[in-house]
Amino acid sequence: MKIRFVLNHKKVEIDVDPLKRLLDVVREDFDLKGVKERCGEGECGACAVLVNGKLMNSCLIPVAQVDGKEVLTIEGYKNTKKYKIIEEAFLEAGAVQCGFCTPGMVMAIEALLSQNPSPEESDVREALSGNLCRCTGYNMIVDAVLLAALKGKGLW
Amino acid sequence: MVKVFMPQSLKEALRIRKEEKAIPFAGGTDLMVKRGRLRGLAPYFEKPVLFLHKVKELTGVKFEEGRVRIGALSTLSEILENRDIPLILKYAIAEIASPAIRNLATIGGNICNASPAGDTLPPLYVMNARVVLSSFTSEREMKIMDFIKGPGSTDLKEEELLKEIIIPVEFFNIVFYRKVGTRKANSLSKVSFAGVARLDDGIIKDIRISFGAVAPTPLRAPEIEEEIIGKNKVKIIAKIPDILEKYARIIRPIDDQRSTARYRKTISLKILEYFLKEEIK
Ligand SMILES: Cc1cc2nc3c(=O)[nH]c(=O)nc-3n(C[C@H](O)[C@H](O)[C@H](O)COP(=O)(O)OP(=O)(O)OC[C@H]3O[C@@H](n4cnc5c(N)ncnc54)[C@H](O)[C@@H]3O)c2cc1C
Ligand code: FES
Ligand code: FES
Repeated sequence: MKIRFVLNHKKVEIDVDPLKRLLDVVREDFDLKGVKERCGEGECGACAVLVNGKLMNSCLIPVAQVDGKEVLTIEGYKNTKKYKIIEEAFLEAGAVQCGFCTPGMVMAIEALLSQNPSPEESDVREALSGNLCRCTGYNMIVDAVLLAALKGKGLW
Repeated sequence: MVKVFMPQSLKEALRIRKEEKAIPFAGGTDLMVKRGRLRGLAPYFEKPVLFLHKVKELTGVKFEEGRVRIGALSTLSEILENRDIPLILKYAIAEIASPAIRNLATIGGNICNASPAGDTLPPLYVMNARVVLSSFTSEREMKIMDFIKGPGSTDLKEEELLKEIIIPVEFFNIVFYRKVGTRKANSLSKVSFAGVARLDDGIIKDIRISFGAVAPTPLRAPEIEEEIIGKNKVKIIAKIPDILEKYARIIRPIDDQRSTARYRKTISLKILEYFLKEEIK
């Protein structure tokens, strides 16, 4: 089946099994390896992308579901000013260790800040509640988000 | 490879449902996990798949004539953001999964999945919600309590789709929800509890109680509620042991990987006791 959507600001069309997971389509067919797979069951957020601006787990989405929609992965986000702010905040707060959870975390943070540019700590924890990190213990990531919100005032 | 359909209208979807006996696919958060295979492989379906996400008639929340009508394809996030939705349902939805799952998962999927731990069900039970079921040739409406028949089993016919959920808007001044899970996000309920009541001058004018995950279907016992309705709240305090005893007889949980029957029973009765003692006042 032909599926058309916008991937990282570019119109794309692909003839593919409509049940193929969006995760596999972006990784295999479009070579976007920043989208990670860990649990494959919606529990860890490593595969998180934005679909029409909303955070979703790409391991749970058959590609047919994004027909006509806009998909943003970390690759399409990383050249933005907002990303730079988040990156700096992550470095400063020590929010990256192995880095496997980071792309999904960053997408969750963009989803949060675009809705709520000055979140409280509890908002941050709620927004990241579907993203698991095996290394940092979360506090550094929460600090990084609060820092990014502060540094990026007016951007979101 | 199975056939896949992506209709744009309800009529078209119902025709496909009838002719192809296709599996309805809403948010897919249950289906993708259940039908998932090894890494990198598309999920497995033995029958054609009917995607519903482009069917406009199944989306949206309307408020009219004292009733809220929720399209079956409304996502849990959309419901959470809508101001017309009864609080008890919002409390429950706020504790389902994670923001990313709530952006995908639909209320219709939660209902049709008919899991004993389906978290929208106890609130819908206490609100006396009704479901509208459409087929190509007809439409019927029934109480959600009659629609849910057992674990994973509903009254949905092979040619039907769940179209919408209707909730009568009623006033309650006590709205209480509790979910007990292993962790806060992304964990299924070991026990859930939805309780609403209307208190007027110390008299309990209405009370409704439902438990999730303690029986094959959500539990609600109108006959016990009847005995409480019309009584003074002070009188009820003295009757709490008696009420707990009555619920203890019908709460019949099981042991599974999430919890034990004994834990579930003890906790659900504790929450009920808390509700009757601390919330009804
Ligand atoms: C990580 C994770 C955490 C979760 N946490 C929770 C939780 O805390 N609480 C909870 O209750 N659930 C939870 N779930 C389960 C799931 O997200 C919900 O049950 C969700 O509401 C299902 O909706 P869906 O649209 O994704 O359903 P789908 O997977 O699309 O469908 C589910 C079933 O319903 C049928 N169906 C769907 N729509 C219709 C319709 N309109 N007419 C007829 N049949 C239909 C489908 O054929 C299928 O059998 C969780 C799932 C995951 C992956
Ligand atoms: S890989 Fe998708 S949520 Fe874990
Ligand atoms: S930094 Fe390793 S999983 Fe988060």
